[in-house]
Amino acid sequence: MMIESAFYQALWPALFKGFKLSLALILPSAAGGLVLGVLVGLIRGTEQPRWLFRPCQAYVSLFRGTALAVQLFICYYGLPELGLLLKPLCLEFGLPEWLWRLCYPSAYGASVLVFILCSGAYQSEYIRGAILSIKRGQFLAARALGFSRWQSFSAVILPQALRLAWPGCSNEVIYLIKYSSLAYLLSARELTGAAFSVGSFHFRYTESFFCAALFYLSLVSLATWLFSRLERAWAVPGFGRS
Amino acid sequence: MPVLEARHISKSLGGKLIVDDVSLTLDQGELKVLIGPSGGGKSTLLQCIHYLHRPDQGEVLLEGRSAAEMGRRNICAFRQEIGMIFQDFNLFDHLSAENNVAVALRKVKKFSTRAALERARAELARVGLADKARLYPAELSGGQKQRVSIARALAMDPKVMLLDEPTSALDPELIGEVLNVIADLAQGGMTMLMATHQIGFARRLTNEILFMEKGRLTERGSPAELLAPGSNSRAAEFCAKLAQLMGRE
Repeated sequence: MMIESAFYQALWPALFKGFKLSLALILPSAAGGLVLGVLVGLIRGTEQPRWLFRPCQAYVSLFRGTALAVQLFICYYGLPELGLLLKPLCLEFGLPEWLWRLCYPSAYGASVLVFILCSGAYQSEYIRGAILSIKRGQFLAARALGFSRWQSFSAVILPQALRLAWPGCSNEVIYLIKYSSLAYLLSARELTGAAFSVGSFHFRYTESFFCAALFYLSLVSLATWLFSRLERAWAVPGFGRS
Repeated sequence: MPVLEARHISKSLGGKLIVDDVSLTLDQGELKVLIGPSGGGKSTLLQCIHYLHRPDQGEVLLEGRSAAEMGRRNICAFRQEIGMIFQDFNLFDHLSAENNVAVALRKVKKFSTRAALERARAELARVGLADKARLYPAELSGGQKQRVSIARALAMDPKVMLLDEPTSALDPELIGEVLNVIADLAQGGMTMLMATHQIGFARRLTNEILFMEKGRLTERGSPAELLAPGSNSRAAEFCAKLAQLMGRE
């Protein structure tokens, strides 16, 4: 196959730049999603504190029940409309400026926000399932030893729930790596966006997207390896196998 | 003054009265045994005494201090002083035997990691498990698990121990090792309230048997008077049935 250098000279730098933006989208979203998922999962799995239980259920059904692309559009195109309403209110009542400025997120900001919320909703489901599979007796035993409610969660329930939920959680991060490509819909020039623009300029979609696919594949392989290493590092003999 | 006193405890769960106006006292160094049919409210009574379930009525006094008016924080401190042993051990599955014992020392009693582990090993040695300290629950037999859970409770220096059928989930061959540990504790002067079906064992160690049925303490007395042949007590009838079942096996 002839490799015309002009095309590849354009493609690789563009893909690397896109890849960097993809990483900048994925890393905070994965971390934020995991943290949010653990918190929401704890609340949903233990139904404590009670007043937060229903709001968390509503949040999860909202984000699991709607298309990610729709969520992105609502955040990116819908929030500014709210900003139009908020700005005069803020000025009139002397409310802080960041309140209405929040309603005008950049493509990057909107994407990360929606990815965190969406990923958190899915992660919380894995954590909740894991919590439900831990025997209630252990919670009782912790309370009997004088643990406060929070201490029982953090020292007994959470370490076990994380281990049990880990395969599911890592699966969700791997999904996230791929659905980060939807940020392209908001005009963020991440990996997919870069491949599309070079591909359409040279009218060579197949090679562009094939190369982009290689980037995704290597990132997913790296993540898979990392997660299974952590899984082994945290393994407890006989735990979760009964 | 009794170490532990329960006054007129009542508790309903799911609209059903499970514990009905139960009172009892435990003096220093005393071992009382709670017997009775399953579903009679023994576990719920023990959990009420421990405030794992807040009683609907009545109060529990530990060394004269009532738990009824305590806030959340003080209830946690109250629970620390009462050790609880469960039928199905309830070890923390993700922690080794020594860490099962040490974790409460670290989190609740604020021991340093090192001091907690040292104390944990000492307690494990006391129940004969010095060589199993690094094993995880899944690697221990049922009897060993129950001994770890006893070590875990002892490490908190409880004033009273509540034992909820500690041998019911064990193979007959493993019951002995756990009963030996409990007998040692009793001889060492630990104050205990034990729900059990091990009548022979109870007879040897206790001065008073409490018979609980349908949520009420219906009979109480020394083993000699309660279980004597021809005493016509419900307790004697119940024990005779248990003995018969054991005999048939």
